[in-house]
Amino acid sequence: MRRFAIPAVAVFVAAGLLALLAFGVAHQGTNSSIDAKVARGDYPVAPGAHMLLPILGSSGRESLADLRGKVVVINVFASWCDPCAAEAPILEQEQRQLVKHDATILGVTYLDNSSDSEQFVHQHGITYPVVRDVSGNFVRGFGTSGVPETYVINRQGRIVALSREQLVGDWLQQTMTRVLAQSA
Amino acid sequence: MIRIARRAGATALLIALIAAPLALASTTAAAAPRASLTDIESDVMCTSCREPLEVAQSPQADSERAYIRGLIAQGETKQQILNNLVAQYGTAVLGKPPAHGFNLTVYVIPPAIVAAGAAILALTLPRWRRRTRAAARAPAATAPALDPADAQRLEQELSQFRG
Repeated sequence: MRRFAIPAVAVFVAAGLLALLAFGVAHQGTNSSIDAKVARGDYPVAPGAHMLLPILGSSGRESLADLRGKVVVINVFASWCDPCAAEAPILEQEQRQLVKHDATILGVTYLDNSSDSEQFVHQHGITYPVVRDVSGNFVRGFGTSGVPETYVINRQGRIVALSREQLVGDWLQQTMTRVLAQSA
Repeated sequence: MIRIARRAGATALLIALIAAPLALASTTAAAAPRASLTDIESDVMCTSCREPLEVAQSPQADSERAYIRGLIAQGETKQQILNNLVAQYGTAVLGKPPAHGFNLTVYVIPPAIVAAGAAILALTLPRWRRRTRAAARAPAATAPALDPADAQRLEQELSQFRG
């Protein structure tokens, strides 16, 4: 019996290490289940709604829950990202329409330093609120793997549309027309 | 009066001679080494590409480098810069993750594996050595004895050869 004790311990330890590795990898991976649910119309509740995030250029904090009742377009961006700069005018133009319908864009900076983000906001004349996700915990809940990404949250706090690439054409305008009509 | 002045002058000179190296030493100790981009780059990550910043080539890596250069220009020490980077990019920016939560595995598992390996060797090596020694001490295996008839026949044949 003692003869098998050491190999058994070695196998047990190796299995434990593999389980740990699998756990780590699973938590690093992107969450694509949101995309699938949105695609089939089974709109998931926006994650991390009560997570307080620092407001860019301010000492205050804001959460998605603070905007409950509004249609919210979350745009994840970074100042160093060229596609983010390219879509900034589209978002700002849309914001001017959204404020008339009790809706707003919420910029979320990710993988960026605050001074560069502030400069970006200033350069592009962004008027919508911008918060910082320093840890990345908020955007990771949405399965964010890079920038830019955009999520549309309806008045019930559910994700009803998303784009994991640069906004092109009139995707945002068409989506918002549909979502605002549904929640009117 | 002159003697007192001379004595006071000598005392002041002595104090100055003793104090000067001490003051120099304390200044040197207080001044933290000046941070360098090369040094910091090796300790931090490009957070978007998940590579060490020293090898990363991406717009985010360039932005991070520019930010570090700015902090160096402001005269911040390496530790202050690292703290600042964590405040801006989160703990993912650190090459060595902080030792809490799941990150503890990085610090605990490798030494545990080495310790377990050493323990296994410590247990098994003496046993292997004992077995080897016991095998060396055991008498060599002998051939089975011949029965009397065969022994007699062998002796006869050998005697023929001996002539």
